[in-house]
Amino acid sequence: MKAFSTLLDTLVYTTSRNRKLAMIADYLRDTPDPDRGWALGALTGELDFHGVKSSTVRNLMKDRVDPVLWSLSRDFVGDTAETASLLWPQNGEPDENPPSVDEVVQLLTSLNRNTAPKELPKLLDRLDANGRFALIKLATGGMRVGVSARLAKTAFAQAFDVNVEDVEEYWHALEPPYTELFQWAAEGADPPDVSNRPMFRPFMLAHPLEDGQVEKGVDLKDYAAEWKWDGIRVQLVRVTNENGVAETRLYSRSGDDISASFPEMLDKLPMDAVLDGELMVRGTVQGGEKGGAASFNALQQRLGRKTVSKKMLAEAPAFVRLYDTLILEGEDLRENPWEHRRGSLEQLMGRLPSSHFDLSRKVEARDFDHLAEIREGAREDAIEGLMLKRRDAPYIAGRKVGLWYKWKRDPLLIDCVLMYAQRGSGKRSSFYSDYTFGCWNGDPDTGAELLPVGKAYSGFTDAELKKLDRLVRQTTLNRFGPVREVERTLVFEVAFDSVHSSKRHKSGLAMRFPRIHRIRWDKPVHEADRIEALRSLVRD
Amino acid sequence: MSAPFSWIKPHPWGVEVVPAGAFIDPARAVDKALVTHGHADHARGGHGETFATPETLAIMELRYRTGAADDAGEIPHKAMPVEYGETIRLPGGVDATYIPAGHVLGSAQILLEHAGERVVITGDYKRRADPTCAPFEVTPCDIFITEATFGLPLFTHPPISEEMGKLLSALEGNPEGSVLVGAYALGKAQRVIAELRAAGHTDTIYLHGAMEKMCRLYEEHGVDLGELKLVADHTKDDMAGSIVIAPPSALNDRWSRRLPNPVTAMASGWMRVRGRARQRGVELPLIISDHADWNELTDTIRQVNPTETWITHGREEALLRWCELNQRHARALAMVGREEEDEG
Repeated sequence: MKAFSTLLDTLVYTTSRNRKLAMIADYLRDTPDPDRGWALGALTGELDFHGVKSSTVRNLMKDRVDPVLWSLSRDFVGDTAETASLLWPQNGEPDENPPSVDEVVQLLTSLNRNTAPKELPKLLDRLDANGRFALIKLATGGMRVGVSARLAKTAFAQAFDVNVEDVEEYWHALEPPYTELFQWAAEGADPPDVSNRPMFRPFMLAHPLEDGQVEKGVDLKDYAAEWKWDGIRVQLVRVTNENGVAETRLYSRSGDDISASFPEMLDKLPMDAVLDGELMVRGTVQGGEKGGAASFNALQQRLGRKTVSKKMLAEAPAFVRLYDTLILEGEDLRENPWEHRRGSLEQLMGRLPSSHFDLSRKVEARDFDHLAEIREGAREDAIEGLMLKRRDAPYIAGRKVGLWYKWKRDPLLIDCVLMYAQRGSGKRSSFYSDYTFGCWNGDPDTGAELLPVGKAYSGFTDAELKKLDRLVRQTTLNRFGPVREVERTLVFEVAFDSVHSSKRHKSGLAMRFPRIHRIRWDKPVHEADRIEALRSLVRD
Repeated sequence: MSAPFSWIKPHPWGVEVVPAGAFIDPARAVDKALVTHGHADHARGGHGETFATPETLAIMELRYRTGAADDAGEIPHKAMPVEYGETIRLPGGVDATYIPAGHVLGSAQILLEHAGERVVITGDYKRRADPTCAPFEVTPCDIFITEATFGLPLFTHPPISEEMGKLLSALEGNPEGSVLVGAYALGKAQRVIAELRAAGHTDTIYLHGAMEKMCRLYEEHGVDLGELKLVADHTKDDMAGSIVIAPPSALNDRWSRRLPNPVTAMASGWMRVRGRARQRGVELPLIISDHADWNELTDTIRQVNPTETWITHGREEALLRWCELNQRHARALAMVGREEEDEG
């Protein structure tokens, strides 16, 4: 645990990507199995211990530390795991030889909600503050040490001088502590056999089409256009194993297995295949009444559930709008140009149940101006924008320049007034960096009030953040823990993708992807927008 | 007979000693000031009579009297030196005694006695041993006016030997480069240097220009800092494998480009919190503070055992809560203008 906690601690303070890679690679080379595999699983977010949640840790602290002192400390630090690691009232001295990562993982795996509150304290007592931090991060997931799963895999590839794309390919078929992966990479054993496992293939992704690129040689005749539907990108994989049993899994864009949330999709593929598409819920908002899809809001109700009720299956049935075919009945089509894969997909449609699958149709346009016109019409249909796919491009994992573009429609904009600010987390823990803003519920000159409509924490520079932080401190009216209510003095121009009805908010509205577009230091607050203006943009 | 302790009156900009017409660490110019130590948030220029230890007066002299008037054009003060342990009689029958606070060279607590009542103002203080200044002395009193810079239970400063170990092993790991340590120019910088010497590090230590005069002043007061040279007089090659000390503001400044491949360290109690270190781009956080940590603050209140505790500045909410949980009377004074982020 010592080497692992030292690794986490140094990663926290290192900003250089190369130095991070070198540190992780050193650790992976120098640490024995299975510790290094568990560590890799922790860095890539693949470990999940059901018995320990963030609330388990909070409850342990509640029994040991005065709640007022706890919350003052938590607000100052901005991170529950770190606060707990610092405030833990140590019983005795930490172990001379702390437990190995493997020992810790075995214990955490064996815990349930009843045993965790008894066992976790014993483990915490055996570690010093850094060790406790590592333990809590490991147990509750979400390292937040500035390392993405991709970076960790790159470090793995660097440590053993193997190809990172190969690592990605095997990755999703294996599980921590990845013993087979280390045997292959570190000891030259045969690569793991993944042919019979329903594994995830990394997605092909798109670059945004920037202004001016059209002029710089992106020619529409080389590309096919499709709508960019507002659901979640998924990969549906069916594999028949050596015993003749077929298994289907549904993966999200990051490769998370989300099969359990959408059981209705798991028995609908009649053949082995790997398909790429957009998961949505039936409705009329996107694409009209016939074959339409509901808003993202409706889909969101179904995300992240471990079990799904019959009622939910009936009220919000899911389906996949297909974009691409990666593998079909054992044949890998990824090397083929898009047009060929599209042909296979069109042929395939007749063999799939239309209740759960449809085809993402092509958008035909004479030229870019015509396409832009069509794209603008998308606002009424609540579609996100357009995708452009190079007709002769193979299916290549990642974001390769020039092959796929996303051409989102311009965001919606509205002027709101800053009402509350909250301290950020991590790097921003000393800054008021999360802003809640509102719109007027009538004429501000005749006594209308502001109602909160959304919250944003991005879209400004570091210099602007400093200025905003200063303004919040100077114009504070009230303090509620980490939140400050401020005088109504500042207008934000807020950009957002869409707005929906919501019972959770007093204004009855919820924005999607709100971010600060511009800070209107110049604009008087009574000129900010009214709730009606925002409500008129709702498409539910 | 007036109400108890009516002779001592807190204002947001300083504590007033009413019968004496004097103020402790006032944030504005007054006729009569009692100054606990030389940090700018406690000692400002422009007062009439300034009562402080000879070391503090020397520091103020260095900072505020470079010429006939200081940079802001203020009139130099009239220095009234008070030795540790010495009691002076102020107008109105108030006795003031200066007692070591262990914060920086010359730092003092001030014990005020009037009409049989005793009040101690700590200024800033710490309880750890520090080779550059006299150690804190516990002084019983009725009202204890304390700081609370690190008044949250998460702040526990590790033994300084551990932090020196981290610093020296970082240096060892970067033999062709350097370790740049951000340290407040008054107190922290000299303490880090003296502790490095105590840990057996005898190599030349390089200084940012802003550190030089204060280090010389410490040496004149008998603190041995070993061989010090200025960064400005040397090349990258000269400084390879060396420790460089600079004010925190210089850490991410273009100035640091003249150093050979530096690892950025910072010596401060704030480094206990990861986010604080990251925010400043610090790669090697050194938890070294000249302030009392949470346990020292609460232990000191227990040992002094006053009837009432007043808290001048810092994380006063948490310390108030601790007093409440321990059935101790306490109040927060909400002093303004105290606590610079870099000093800690």
